[in-house]
Amino acid sequence: MYVAVKGGERAIDNAHAWLAEERRGDCAVAELSVAQIREQLTLAVNRVMAEGSLYDPDLAALAIKQARGDLIEAIFLIRAYRTTLPRFGGSIPIETGEMTCERRVSATFKDAPGGQVLGPTFDYTHRLLDFKLAADGAVDAASEADPDGTATPHIMSFLDREDLIQSEPQTDETPADLTRTPLELPASRALRLQSLTRGDEGFILGMAYSTQRGYARNHAFVAELRIGAVAVEMDIPEIGFAIEIGEICVTECETVNQFQGSKTEPPQFTRGYGLVFGMSERKAISMALVDRALRWKELGEDNLGAPAQDEEFVLYHSDNIQATGFLEHIKLPHYVDFQSELELVRKLRREAVETYPMQEAAE
Amino acid sequence: MNMMSGPDDPNRARKEWLGLLAKSPAADVARLWAALDLTPAHDVLRTPEIGGVMVRGRAGAVGAAFNLGEMTLTRASVRLACGTVGHGYVQGRDREHAVQVALLDALMQTAAAGRIEAGVLAPLRAAMAGRKRSRAAKSAATKVEFFTMVRGED
Repeated sequence: MYVAVKGGERAIDNAHAWLAEERRGDCAVAELSVAQIREQLTLAVNRVMAEGSLYDPDLAALAIKQARGDLIEAIFLIRAYRTTLPRFGGSIPIETGEMTCERRVSATFKDAPGGQVLGPTFDYTHRLLDFKLAADGAVDAASEADPDGTATPHIMSFLDREDLIQSEPQTDETPADLTRTPLELPASRALRLQSLTRGDEGFILGMAYSTQRGYARNHAFVAELRIGAVAVEMDIPEIGFAIEIGEICVTECETVNQFQGSKTEPPQFTRGYGLVFGMSERKAISMALVDRALRWKELGEDNLGAPAQDEEFVLYHSDNIQATGFLEHIKLPHYVDFQSELELVRKLRREAVETYPMQEAAE
Repeated sequence: MNMMSGPDDPNRARKEWLGLLAKSPAADVARLWAALDLTPAHDVLRTPEIGGVMVRGRAGAVGAAFNLGEMTLTRASVRLACGTVGHGYVQGRDREHAVQVALLDALMQTAAAGRIEAGVLAPLRAAMAGRKRSRAAKSAATKVEFFTMVRGED
């Protein structure tokens, strides 16, 4: 229960003014520009776009600056902005097979057609602090080589051709949208994927890790992880055909998982899928593992009672903005609620003393 | 399914220039547009409007569609004095960019097409190809060349 409490206006104004000053920090240090954040804190920008569910690097960088680097606060700002935008429509599903891959690795096939390309990865770095970065910003130019121009088809398509992997029937149904209709259970896979891709990276990572440690283990191999640019195409009624309206960077992870077969399906591999805005491979791999765990019902597997199999648990707790809102509201005034609790405890204590006077005397 | 524009597609050329203009940086379009020094008389049919488009992906890359998240988009439409209508759809939130693309789209359907092609589209295409080439070259340098260690007697 809330009761309007007045009298905080001056304190709030002053708090916000101080916040602005603290955000700026020491004025002797040069101010950070939005462009600097966009160009140099790219992975933070990517995370804000993915969980804010809006692809716009400039806005994400601005949100990070405004939020003093608190990414969940920045995601909150992006989500709030997003709700003010009129929706022009939906795109044609992006063709990740036509991605210009900047990174593409497979843990299942060494000699994958198109090759294994590391891209600008943290992998194989020694995780030692680089004090050169503190000294000056000069970097050597990256090496270049002639691109051989070989196609990079999805690695999963090779297994598909042999019928060794569960097929993924294509439909042209318009997917349900949880930003328009509240999420209801049981959720379609489309809704689960939408929910996972905008879910909190830490939460999805934790859920994915739990499956690896044995809670609904589904032993995933990363068949392919690819990062790069894809064109976004949309039908424009007044033009009369579809045009490319932009280009976005995405990370895609496809996992191959064990499957024993069922009454209707011969033994074959199954899939988990992760697709995330920006360069976000930890999130994309996590998403694929959790997607696979949530598919137990449609694949005829047993419910092992594991958290990652429980779609209510996963989907209702993965959104960090919902979680933050509910969590942090408990710091706001609950004076009346607490007053009633206080009265109740005092009353119970009085009654207890009247009922068991001897016990109190014995103590 | 992507509607690929094959060689028989009558809209192929317009599709290509609209895509190129939508994806090119607003600053590049503005600079090249200004250099053309054209001031075609026109009516604004749709004032620039910023909105969002829900970007979709497919489960397992090939299956049923799902909503990945939105992207920002700005659109505008113009009609030249001769009656030709142009539409600008551009990624991001730059209103000027959308209006310039709408004008360029309209002009590309007139006798001015050659000038636009040479003065705006060709340089944008070259710049985009250059950016792609540079990233592809860096990416190619990180391609793994596996070699197998021979073990055993012979």
